[in-house]
Amino acid sequence: MKSRGKTVRSGMSRRGFLKTVGVVGGAATLGGTRFLAPAIVHAQEPIRIGQIVPQTGFLATMGTYGSTGAKIAADEINEKGGVLGRKIQLIVEDETNPGVAVQKARKLIEKDKVHAITGIVSSASALAVGEVAQREKVLFINTGANSDEIRGAKCHRYVFSVEGSNTQYVSAIATWLLQQPKLKTWYFLTSDYAFGHDLLKVSQKLLQKAGRIQAGSELIPTGTADFSSYLLKVKAGKPDLVFQNLAGTDQTNFLKQFKEFGLDMEVAGGLVDTALVWPVGAEALAGHFPLLWWHELKIAGASDFVTKFKKLANDPPENQGWADYTAIKVLAEVIKKVNSTDSKALVKGLEGHRFDSLKGRELWFRDWDHQLMMPMYAVRTKKKNEMKDKWDIFEVISEVPAAGQPLDSIAISREESLCKMEPAD
Amino acid sequence: MTWMALAEYLVNGFVMGTLYVLMAIGLSLIFGMIGVINFCHGILFTMGAYATVVLKDSLGFGPSLVVSPVLVGILGMLIEVIFLRRLYREDPVAGLLLTFGLAMVAEQLVRIIWGTSGLPYNIPQALTGPLPMGAFVYPKYRYFILVCAVAIIAGLWWFLEKTPYGMIIRAGSRDGEMVRILGISLRPIFTFVFGLGSALAAIAGVLMAPLAGVQPAMGTDVGTAAFVVVTIGGLGSFWGAVIAGILVGEVVSLSILVWPPIAQASMYILMAVVLLARPRGLLGERWEKFE
Repeated sequence: MKSRGKTVRSGMSRRGFLKTVGVVGGAATLGGTRFLAPAIVHAQEPIRIGQIVPQTGFLATMGTYGSTGAKIAADEINEKGGVLGRKIQLIVEDETNPGVAVQKARKLIEKDKVHAITGIVSSASALAVGEVAQREKVLFINTGANSDEIRGAKCHRYVFSVEGSNTQYVSAIATWLLQQPKLKTWYFLTSDYAFGHDLLKVSQKLLQKAGRIQAGSELIPTGTADFSSYLLKVKAGKPDLVFQNLAGTDQTNFLKQFKEFGLDMEVAGGLVDTALVWPVGAEALAGHFPLLWWHELKIAGASDFVTKFKKLANDPPENQGWADYTAIKVLAEVIKKVNSTDSKALVKGLEGHRFDSLKGRELWFRDWDHQLMMPMYAVRTKKKNEMKDKWDIFEVISEVPAAGQPLDSIAISREESLCKMEPAD
Repeated sequence: MTWMALAEYLVNGFVMGTLYVLMAIGLSLIFGMIGVINFCHGILFTMGAYATVVLKDSLGFGPSLVVSPVLVGILGMLIEVIFLRRLYREDPVAGLLLTFGLAMVAEQLVRIIWGTSGLPYNIPQALTGPLPMGAFVYPKYRYFILVCAVAIIAGLWWFLEKTPYGMIIRAGSRDGEMVRILGISLRPIFTFVFGLGSALAAIAGVLMAPLAGVQPAMGTDVGTAAFVVVTIGGLGSFWGAVIAGILVGEVVSLSILVWPPIAQASMYILMAVVLLARPRGLLGERWEKFE
């Protein structure tokens, strides 16, 4: 820039000052405050958690409950002053499909500089995001995807699962099923994608163990609105039990249309989410299912959580609300424990951490597959006259494993598991 | 496979087919009369369904069967008057692009107003449950769909065949010039036909809503199916749309019986086969270029 002959002030000119601020500011934004900002700015910087939940598509219902659960957890923590003096900041993204979920994960890691990612309901998306998390060495806590594969063949050092695995879910309902000798023939209805195929495998293992017979098995495309033809097939197959492995709104529509067609055989499943059964209507309800969590459980702190949830969401929390709440809670606990947000330290911290989250027993993550060890619940649907309100649709018939039994007895054993995790770095 | 079981599949395919017919007739009328390929047909279906849910508490299901299609029909007429009318002199692609754009805008509006994950909606109490006719058991509500759809199709046929207004519509599709020369203005008729087509899509949406609830993308699959049906039946043909709609419904139903993985593709395979054998569609007008 040419000087026009005017007197130049000594020292820092205004332009020079602006340039310096611009450079420092630009570098700070690009390089990350970790490098350039002084410690005082660092301490007030929020702890950013990327939350990827389904907001569109057949899994969207779970996304709503999940985000509410996470928000309640973040608010509870922030009201008490945050973690290590820093507030929790949730950055929410729509998981849409595996391709988009991966893009969102990358955006959260590279652009938003999140310290961890939580969420994901679709098993297909969880597998994809797990790869990203491992590659970028950023912690990912899976709160909604059930495929055994995520804790099995495709397990990763930087991936933890608060959500139950298909094996745990099926084990939860297995005890009840094994006690029903009259249910000899089973008909499987399965959602045709990663999660469904995985769950079908686990359910068929149970079928064999129980010595029962498969009357039929159908793979149903996700997002199916009309189950009529499949229900006609089930009717023709005349099974004693319909074993439904459906995900998202497919579960809701199936249960609705099941009663419409006048089918009356027993229904059980390898999965149910309470939020998907509430819209079905009391008259149409039937079945025995495994649950991750139930809002009527008499456990310290549960009714408080339920009240807060109802205020925000008009409904009580279910599987997904509990899972996302727990993920944020345990993440905060471990950040405090290891006094750092560094992913490596968090991974080690989570592996050794023992805690409870509204289940009334000591929970922990197995160090060789990072699956949360916890009790599940076997429930039966109530008849209309047994329900005290429109949400009270289930009755817990047992906690699985029962009190006194080790929590890892319902999860896949180390010998059977295909998990070979990357070594700790 | 007993006869009874096969009969169940055929009835089921027929019932779902009638919904396709309602969608396809609307599409076919609009194309036959106005010459516009209406890509927003799917979203008009969705809006009919949402209108029913919104009116659930104030009007209930029964009245909304009439009110929702009327509301959407009016919306359709507004679309024609405000947007579509300006493009008649342009390249036919212009109308197509406009309706495509409107469809996207409308779907996003639905998401913004009513949420992205959809709203639950149940079959009205009086129509729930199965209705056994001897050994044949089939849901009451699906019989209801069948009765409604057949009544509407019959009513439409009577309107187009037996009333002067219907005659003008048929004549206008066949030869617009001649109708104008005879002194009849086609402008209001275009508006009416677009509204009628929209109303037909909406009523299909109203009938579908209690089966699986409503969600913003519910019209996409049905809209695509409507195009397939119209192509199979022949663009601009009433009976072509009817026959092709039932045919597609049956093909999808029976393919789930025989080999489920092919079910979603079955209607496209049917379309490909029909087009190869008879490019004009089953009952369409001759296309000199292709035959």
